[in-house]
Amino acid sequence: MLRFILTRVSLVIPTFLGITFLTFILIRLVPGDPIEVRTGERGIAPERLAELRHEMGLDRALWQQFLDYVGNVLHGDFGLSLITHNSVLSEFLTLFPATLELALCAMLFATLVGLPAGILAAVKRGSLFDHGVMGASLTGYSMPIFWWGLLLILFFSVGLGWTPVSGRLDLVYYVEPATGFMLIDTLMAGDYEAFRSALGHLVLPTIVLGTVPLAVVARMTRSAMLEVLGEDYIRTARAKGLASGRVIGMHALRNALIPVVTVIGLQVGTLLGGAILTETIFSWPGVGKWLIESINRRDYPALQGGVLLIATSVILVNLLVDVLYGVLNPRIRHAR
Amino acid sequence: MSAELSTNPEPVAVSRPPHPLAEFWYHFKQNKGALGGLVVIALIALIAVFAGVVAPHNPDIQYREAILTPPVWQEGGSWSFILGTDDIGRDMLSRLMYGARLSMMIGLIVVTLSLAVGLGMGMIAGFFGGMADVLIMRAMDILLALPSLLLAVVVAAILGPGLVNAMLAVSVVVIPHYARLTRAAVLAEVNKDYVIASRVAGAGPMRLMLIVVLPNCLAPLIVQATLGFSTAILDAAALGFLGLGAQPPTPEWGTMLASSLQFLQRAPWVVTWPGVAILVTVLAFNLLGDGLRDALDPKLKR
Repeated sequence: MLRFILTRVSLVIPTFLGITFLTFILIRLVPGDPIEVRTGERGIAPERLAELRHEMGLDRALWQQFLDYVGNVLHGDFGLSLITHNSVLSEFLTLFPATLELALCAMLFATLVGLPAGILAAVKRGSLFDHGVMGASLTGYSMPIFWWGLLLILFFSVGLGWTPVSGRLDLVYYVEPATGFMLIDTLMAGDYEAFRSALGHLVLPTIVLGTVPLAVVARMTRSAMLEVLGEDYIRTARAKGLASGRVIGMHALRNALIPVVTVIGLQVGTLLGGAILTETIFSWPGVGKWLIESINRRDYPALQGGVLLIATSVILVNLLVDVLYGVLNPRIRHAR
Repeated sequence: MSAELSTNPEPVAVSRPPHPLAEFWYHFKQNKGALGGLVVIALIALIAVFAGVVAPHNPDIQYREAILTPPVWQEGGSWSFILGTDDIGRDMLSRLMYGARLSMMIGLIVVTLSLAVGLGMGMIAGFFGGMADVLIMRAMDILLALPSLLLAVVVAAILGPGLVNAMLAVSVVVIPHYARLTRAAVLAEVNKDYVIASRVAGAGPMRLMLIVVLPNCLAPLIVQATLGFSTAILDAAALGFLGLGAQPPTPEWGTMLASSLQFLQRAPWVVTWPGVAILVTVLAFNLLGDGLRDALDPKLKR
């Protein structure tokens, strides 16, 4: 087991280095010298330019600069934002809980709806319900979620006035941030009105961000279930005279869940990518919106650090899923 | 007994097997959804090609007296602007038709570009193995570790906003899928007898790769390329929406959506139609891709 985990972890290291290299090199591709970009139109004396270049290590060989960068990153130094002059890491960490809260809710929504829908569709294969689920899931999968979000706002926020349009909390409430998760913070403060407000703000973004994962989970659950339901041991269980619910719930579902768990784990990347769009539409103060703002403000260190941090979290989650998968499924663990 | 079994006569069917294309069509047409997708795509492609003829108006002309005219079935709508006009009086239907041209072009270019690069990389990795394989596939893993939209956003941000750069960004993002598929297909074929036979007969690596092996690896790539159209159109629209893709006044669907966002409440149709266009096109390609997969993949054939 330990050996399995260690192999997986060691496989992640080159990927991480590669991502670091990619973000390092991408920023070099931006036209213009980083210092000249910052000095603006007034210009800069050649001596001062050389001095600054030396200070920032820009006069050294590219590979040395890269090693410096990796060293800094490993020490948690992702540079300073050009606009706010705050540490990129601290900016990221203040905003990340908002994104995480949204992503977790979206995943929960996708699983809670997608799993039962997929199971039912498989059990009632060929029925109207099955066709409905498959049609809805293909539509969800093809959905431009930025447009979907706008439609929901138009209908529920503007038309019916049920949900707020943007942000995480109504301005009349203030909750001391403790965990960064608005739902937990408001509960800890004992402010139930604020909790309801936070919940109301979460509903639409959760649905929008959860739509594509929901479609994927429903489809995957259905096909995994169909595959398992055709196995011999299911026929045996039925032949034994077990109740249909027990066969589906105990015998089939357990085995069908293995690929579904993996798919859910792999959706984390989709979620963090989709968060860019969802947060932009709903003015959700998370890292996705922050990244787009950094691009618009040409804040390249923030963009570089943000991308690296998001990629790292995706890699770590995938690693976790991989290991969990090995724990759940011994066949994977012992395969070479 | 055993002798009898071994001399079991061949089935009497002497009729020639159907042509592979005919067999493919037989399986494909069973899938009504895929047929529907094909019809819709053909329609959109026709509109795209003949946008100049079928569009009722020039997509860039601003009818100042008809700003934010609602669609014809709503109060105040008129038959000259069937789907209404946008915030500076341009005809929505005409813009959508020219937008179809852009979206089809985006899909075509992105798929061609990423397929060409991915196919080449996958071929090299699968054929030569060793160091080339490790280097290429590791690089692909790195690209795959980044959320695709995030990577596209970063590439577009660095290249600068614009339609061409957005297409490049989206192409880069999908290369790993083609590379992986090609490599897997090549690895499955490369040690089969017919490949070894042509190798022995003296075929060079180029001939082996492109003429001997490639045709037998095409099925999964065709499916992936079809689905690639939908990803390309969706991602390019998302980039346009974020302001990193095509720039106004280009009638790209995502860009159209973003540029009339502030009229969402007053004139919902300026936002509704481009989204419907994206959804329908992407859905059609996904339906077609699913149908192709069922028809081309022998494992799923019933």
